[in-house]
Amino acid sequence: MTSGLSVENLAYRYGAKEALKGVSFQLEAGEFGALLGPNGAGKSTLFSLLTRLFTAPQGRISIAGHDMGRTPRAALARMGVVFQSSTLDMDLSVKQNLSYFAALHGIAGREAARRSDGALERMNMAERAHERVRDLNGGHRRRTEIARALLHDPAVLLLDEPTVGLDAAARQSITSHVHQLCADQGLTVLWATHLTDEVYDSDHLVLLHQGQILQDGNVGELRSESTLSDHFLNLTGARA
Amino acid sequence: MNAYLIALSAIVKREALRFLHQRERFIAALVRPLVWLLVFAAGFRAALGLSIIPPYQTYITYETYIIPGLCGMILLFNGMQSSLSLVYDREMGSMRLLLTAPLPRGWLLFAKLCGSTAISILQVYTFLAVAWAFDIMPDSPWGYLAVLPALLISGLMLGALGLALSSLIRQLENFAGVMNFVIFPMFFLSSALYPLWKMAESSPLLRDICALNPFTHGVELIRFALYLKFEPIALIWVLASTAVFMGLAIWGYDPARGLTRRKG
Repeated sequence: MTSGLSVENLAYRYGAKEALKGVSFQLEAGEFGALLGPNGAGKSTLFSLLTRLFTAPQGRISIAGHDMGRTPRAALARMGVVFQSSTLDMDLSVKQNLSYFAALHGIAGREAARRSDGALERMNMAERAHERVRDLNGGHRRRTEIARALLHDPAVLLLDEPTVGLDAAARQSITSHVHQLCADQGLTVLWATHLTDEVYDSDHLVLLHQGQILQDGNVGELRSESTLSDHFLNLTGARA
Repeated sequence: MNAYLIALSAIVKREALRFLHQRERFIAALVRPLVWLLVFAAGFRAALGLSIIPPYQTYITYETYIIPGLCGMILLFNGMQSSLSLVYDREMGSMRLLLTAPLPRGWLLFAKLCGSTAISILQVYTFLAVAWAFDIMPDSPWGYLAVLPALLISGLMLGALGLALSSLIRQLENFAGVMNFVIFPMFFLSSALYPLWKMAESSPLLRDICALNPFTHGVELIRFALYLKFEPIALIWVLASTAVFMGLAIWGYDPARGLTRRKG
């Protein structure tokens, strides 16, 4: 069992429609996994299952060695999530948002304050700690969410299209920062996107299409001579 | 403090902070029962004769009679409004964040319920203070203290009902229907506005429906507590209803049922 993220034979259906069909892949500690897939590929369903918003009748998810089905709370405790739509309280300050999240993970008082300060510092957000989230721009809001997701020192970080709606500079900054976290801190990341320029050659590609894994492996090796964008379109376009 | 209590206090604090940022919600919640008290009750006073019924020991004005019902109204509207916020939260994502906390889902829902009930109680006391300013008050000031547990239990019951409904509603649009089909029948088919014996004069069937309505028992629990009296039957009804509604909510939010899911 890996100390990162492991998904085995995961299946899910909405009534008659199969959303995921026997999905399996594995990310080791410190690996950046890019989950690529066109709209309707099953990315959101996969994220909902990974975060236990609902449970799958078939298959297994393991977060840092903890089985999501058998020990969900231990698995959730080792996981940080950045959802596609913002989950920040707009009228509360950055710090208040972080404190609330810390408390949901059983961290309070001075320890919560220490961790909040550290997390904001790492995301270059320290000077905005007392600003209202509503007054922040999109890039800073995302940084706040990432800082929050790292507050409890998770082993695995899940991000569902975290750069949607951001300008190019903010996108590039956040993408490189999260890559750095993998390299420096051994964090396992699963980053769902359909923007191929956010993916590096050294990353682990998980290509999802129509509920199935089309490709799973090193980006540089898989794309070979073509660009990742062409590679992606060749595979998903031809099978659409 | 253990993880459960840390999360509980943070969720209640968040509700309180959110509430402080929504002053218009506070004013709206206060205006509604005050309109009933100062306008509706004043008109009804002449039309409706009330006999001496427990817990009252003397003839009372109609305004005095409907105070507990209007306290219940605040709890009812607030319970439903917080479930409206749950549907909204779920669509916007912050409910998702809550549900990924490493704590039992039932506890997280209960904590959310405690938060919204605390806000409701704050509103009820503000309403009681305004009523007091208009000289509408219980016999003893101790009634204000005795009513606190009754408000808490009734508030939890109505909040749990809202929670259960929110787990069954997928979209905000459906919620307006629930307001019409849940709030209004619950309020009008209860002892909030008329005593049950009065209802029986017009229709024994209506009286029976009112007697089965958990909201009636919540209102009666509040009414008796305000007059330093205890109503065990009402308490049993309210506790049992709370357990049923909370059970439904936990079932509704069970991840295996997938009610929180969205296609994608």
